[in-house]
Amino acid sequence: MGVLFALGAVALALLPLFVSSYIISVFIVLYANVALATAWAFFSGTTRYISLATAAFFGTGIYVLAVAHVYMPVAVALALAAVVGFLVALVIGLSTLRLRGVYFVVFTFGLTELVHQVINWWDIRFNKTASRYIFTDVSNTSIYWTLLAVALIAIVGSWYVSRIRLGYALRAIGEDETVARHTGVDTTRVKVICFALSASVMAFVGAVLALRYPYVDASIAFNSNWSFQVLIAALLGGPTRPWGPAVGAIPLVMLSEFLAGTFPHHFGIALGLCFVVIVYFLPGGVAPLLERWWQALRAPRDPGATHTPFSSRLAARLRAGASRLEAGGRT
Amino acid sequence: MILFEVFLNGILLGGSYGLIALGLNLQFGVARILNLSYGEYLMGGAFTAFFAVMLWKVSPFLSLLVSLPIAFAMNWLIYRYLMVPLVRRAPDQDALDADVVLVTFGLLFICQGWALVYWSGDLRGYSFLATPVHILGATVALNRLLSFLGACALALGLFYLLRHTRFGAALRAITIDPVAAGIVGVDVQRTSALAFATGGALAAISGMLISMFISFSATTGVEYTLKALIVVIMAGVGRVTGTLAAGLLLGVVEALGGYLIDPGLTIAINFALFTLVLLLRPTGLFTRA
Repeated sequence: MGVLFALGAVALALLPLFVSSYIISVFIVLYANVALATAWAFFSGTTRYISLATAAFFGTGIYVLAVAHVYMPVAVALALAAVVGFLVALVIGLSTLRLRGVYFVVFTFGLTELVHQVINWWDIRFNKTASRYIFTDVSNTSIYWTLLAVALIAIVGSWYVSRIRLGYALRAIGEDETVARHTGVDTTRVKVICFALSASVMAFVGAVLALRYPYVDASIAFNSNWSFQVLIAALLGGPTRPWGPAVGAIPLVMLSEFLAGTFPHHFGIALGLCFVVIVYFLPGGVAPLLERWWQALRAPRDPGATHTPFSSRLAARLRAGASRLEAGGRT
Repeated sequence: MILFEVFLNGILLGGSYGLIALGLNLQFGVARILNLSYGEYLMGGAFTAFFAVMLWKVSPFLSLLVSLPIAFAMNWLIYRYLMVPLVRRAPDQDALDADVVLVTFGLLFICQGWALVYWSGDLRGYSFLATPVHILGATVALNRLLSFLGACALALGLFYLLRHTRFGAALRAITIDPVAAGIVGVDVQRTSALAFATGGALAAISGMLISMFISFSATTGVEYTLKALIVVIMAGVGRVTGTLAAGLLLGVVEALGGYLIDPGLTIAINFALFTLVLLLRPTGLFTRA
């Protein structure tokens, strides 16, 4: 598994040397979605706090870059975006992570709208213009590599966290927060730190993607479709596995490439149908299914698990026959 | 004086907000389903009224003959065939909430996408009874006043239904405890389905009422779902009079905030109010402690 993963990563890293710039830009969008969905599932998939604030953090990253890249090198501006995303999420998390269930969902949904409107108002009021221009000379290939790295780090990172104490604490919160607290998990600290970590990845991805835009305004940066698309990708793939959201992001990005340009409204309908299908037919996402197939594929070749020596199989069959005879059966 | 006029307009708008939130509160309080596609039925009602006026050249009130049965039937079907299986399957309220949020968001996208495809994303509106009326020296539009009166009449009707009929008593019993209500002989599933459908019908009516004085588009549904939710959470789940009061409060805060601070910040102001209530009094402003 590990070898396959490393080989795949190397192959993807070498890809830009061989393909057209259109393919590169499709992959850029794919990696951005993978990174966002993995970061989303890192917190929301395990703790079951369904957050719709992805667009808020993503947009924060875009805006930090748009404002800061004039004053400092691009690399520093990107780092700054991640830091700001972390701090913003820290403040929001401390005040709101005591809300549960529906209230948390609605709060995070409204949060994006709030930030959107405030920034839009601020820009019009004090900068006399709603849009900000971005002047950089970063090539598409560098963006490709950066986002590939972020996506890989996000996947490996959430795999690593799922194996240490922090990961157990997150899952415990998802299963029963009261029990988690009583068994000694500092739930507030775990939740706030992980929420902020996931937000800083989102802000960083936003900042990197912003390098491709000629200009941004509040409705581009804080478009809540990002929140929904990321949520669907994670749920479709399977938010309980570290690699699940990546699997879900692939069909969704292809669908949006196919529909969003020519039939933007039909993409909305398709997203809606995805929501319904996931809830009724794929409650755990695709990842558990794939895992089962993978195990079935490996099982015959696995000597320890199913391949028992011929003698013992013969003995078992003889015993079964004997007991049927004793019972007087004829078959 | 102009401040009084703004205040009065806030009250009139707040009446509609109260009615919108009443429908959602009926769904959320009785059926315990938070329907995030709620605003879409309001949008549907508004569009039907628009078509009635522009295409069929009749009074927008007649559009209710079309929109009301459709909204009622759609919501009944959604409850009966989409929500009931989820309720049966869910191990606890948290899991149910997550499923319901996803499905109703899905419905929101489907309805909105459908409306965008067939009715386009343009801002719509029509002029109906836009004549000035003078109240205590302030001037308001007749259609706003009419919409406010309609909202109040419906709210009173609902209040009467809940307080003085057997059906209302059953609804209140389910709001308090669905299991106990079942034990004393209330058909919980059937009554919840009716309450859910009635909530959807109220959304269609309020959509028609506000379409007389506010322009709307295929994407306005979400905005009103959010507003209705703010009002429901401010009022407390399952409260009728509280919902009306909270609706009025939201209308006034929005009107005054828009006038005193900036009209571009109304959603931000609403949301700040919502956050304050959620953090300070999560059970609602008008609930008995």
